[in-house]
Amino acid sequence: MLSSWRTLSKSFSFLRAVGKASQQAGTSVGSRRCFHRAVPLLSDKLFVHRDTPENNADTPFELNQKNLERAKAIMNNYPEGHHTAAVIPILDLAQRQHGWLPISAMNYVADFWRCRECGCMKSATFYTMFNSALTVTCLVSNVLGVKLGETTKDGMFTLSSAECLGACINAPMMQINDNYYEDLSDKDTEEIIDDLIAGKTPKAGPRGGRFSCEPAGGLTTLIEPPKGPGFGVRSDL
Amino acid sequence: MAKPLRRLQSNGIQGGQLQSLCRALVCTRPSSTAAAPPPQTKTSFGNMKDEDRIFTNLYGRHDWKLAGALQRGDWYKTKEIILKGQDWIVKETTKSGLRGRGGAGFPTGMKWGFMNKPGDGRPKYLVVNADEGEPGTCKDREIMRHDPHKLIEGCLVAGAGMGARAAYIYIRGEFYNEASNMQLAINEAYREGLIGRNACGSGYDFDVYMHRGAGAYICGEETALIESLEGKQGKPRLKPPFPADVGVFGCPTTVANVETVAVAPTICRRGADWFASFGRPRNTGTKLFNISGHVNHPCTVEEEMSVPLKLLIEKHAGGVIGGWDNLLAVIPGGSSTPLIPKSVCEDVLMDFDALVEAQTGLGTAAVIVMNKQCDIILAIARLIEFYKHESCGQCTPCREGCSWMNTIMYRFVEGKATPDEIDMLWELSKQIEGHTICALGDGAAWPVQGLIRHFRPLLEGRMADFAAKTAGEKLHGSLELQTRVQLVQITK
Repeated sequence: MLSSWRTLSKSFSFLRAVGKASQQAGTSVGSRRCFHRAVPLLSDKLFVHRDTPENNADTPFELNQKNLERAKAIMNNYPEGHHTAAVIPILDLAQRQHGWLPISAMNYVADFWRCRECGCMKSATFYTMFNSALTVTCLVSNVLGVKLGETTKDGMFTLSSAECLGACINAPMMQINDNYYEDLSDKDTEEIIDDLIAGKTPKAGPRGGRFSCEPAGGLTTLIEPPKGPGFGVRSDL
Repeated sequence: MAKPLRRLQSNGIQGGQLQSLCRALVCTRPSSTAAAPPPQTKTSFGNMKDEDRIFTNLYGRHDWKLAGALQRGDWYKTKEIILKGQDWIVKETTKSGLRGRGGAGFPTGMKWGFMNKPGDGRPKYLVVNADEGEPGTCKDREIMRHDPHKLIEGCLVAGAGMGARAAYIYIRGEFYNEASNMQLAINEAYREGLIGRNACGSGYDFDVYMHRGAGAYICGEETALIESLEGKQGKPRLKPPFPADVGVFGCPTTVANVETVAVAPTICRRGADWFASFGRPRNTGTKLFNISGHVNHPCTVEEEMSVPLKLLIEKHAGGVIGGWDNLLAVIPGGSSTPLIPKSVCEDVLMDFDALVEAQTGLGTAAVIVMNKQCDIILAIARLIEFYKHESCGQCTPCREGCSWMNTIMYRFVEGKATPDEIDMLWELSKQIEGHTICALGDGAAWPVQGLIRHFRPLLEGRMADFAAKTAGEKLHGSLELQTRVQLVQITK
């Protein structure tokens, strides 16, 4: 809804600008007419559910035995009467099991907690890590020949742009499923994607020879080994 | 404040004069902290010894598990610290001068003290904010994956200081491996009886839980985090009631940053005076700095507060790419703080007060360095695009304003605007700032204000270039350059 409003207001300002331009020049733009096209809603911006053959209320979904146990363990983390707090972790479990979140999974999770279905869907659509369309959570680079927000034909990769992944020291980086690949060059990126296509899981972490966030030119701090227990401890403790 | 400034700007008063005026305005702002700072005796900062660094396994070169943590001195005399009592822990924290490390810099001792009101039977909670999402910042991640026991011990000590029953660590969903390290460390601590029932043998019961988010920058805001922890959409709540009265699950809650919590045990162990011996008065302690952008060796480093920015960049990050003279500007505290140009960077100290004086802020101490090869207008435009994406949509000024600022900024990148629109953008940012429930609106407005404050000639120059390219026609709107050129040709 929101994004369609934005599109609409954008096209208004476009038309206004054209009108203004012709007004300023004192002539009309003539037979040129400006057409606009709605921006397609991509999976990372889709807030409205529309039934499709793959994604409708009858899409079979149920948590498997192992995930049910996990779900119960997670529920115990929260105080009595506040078990709905577990909605986000359980939705994450559901997504891990199914690969993406169909509407039936959201309804299932809502039923499970006897909370309202719309509440569950509200949460699911607010957070960017939940894919409510047919995708696999994957962040890959341009070498796949897909544009931002698209999924490759085999459904293996979806390319999405994440805003901040919290690893600026190791930029440029990408996240594939749960792993961070850091300090990337073009070559590294191609290597990683090739490995994934071949069914291997490449080693996560920085690529340029660093171990984590230390300066690449050699350590400037923490050169001495850490002091043992009791170092510098106050006398009155 | 917006109107007189705008008038001044359009009257041709710019740069230095405006800057000194703004500085005067900022300086006269009342502070919520102590009335008068103690006299400053220390004059040189930034020569810390390794033995004084708190995060000894920052780079993950040692074992992060319990055995390694014990060797490095974690969990040493934790029982004695807890047995000293609630008031003692809060007093030590207050005396150390520790200020919140998550951005706002609120005095930690005072904040924890808010929890020590007479109880009404509701349990109290400590919520640790590990939803690190500020562009430029990646300090909490290093703590959680390489020193998780520091954080768990911190939860226990801070929890004991405020009489909390449990701690929830809200970690961002993207940090899966970090969450997994934390959970393994928590399991170890439970197994050894360090937390849980009768934690460390002190007779105090305390639980620590992990909660993974699902990707939303706004959940780093304290009330949005509370909402998200309850399973709802992460939309900030109006205050009051403050979380110390009604927080998570309707109970008194304190939300604190990972770094703030993780340094608490070391402060208690080595003493408030030791911690207060670093940095200037009111800005004491040590701090994790992230230096990224156009530097030779981007890194995370623990340094003394009040370290000069130039020293920080030259000593630890291997200097600016192309040399110090190639520096254009620095964003000193994560994306939401206004940038400072090279002239300010020469001698500015990295602490709360010095940076406020320079019309910016310490924020999370994530230093983003930009050299002269960087298109600074595009960089700021990209930041605004980030805020547009992350605005939760609850307050109109932020939801609509960020979209507008984004459109205008991207026009500025190409120069498709007239100079009076710079004043319009300034006014627009002033309409967002301070008119929203949470600080995301402020964070979106400040980068734009910083850019206009220090780089107005650059913006105007680009507009003049564009006007020259389109044969002097000054067209507004967000048309593509080619369309505009065509239009100009048609209308002629």
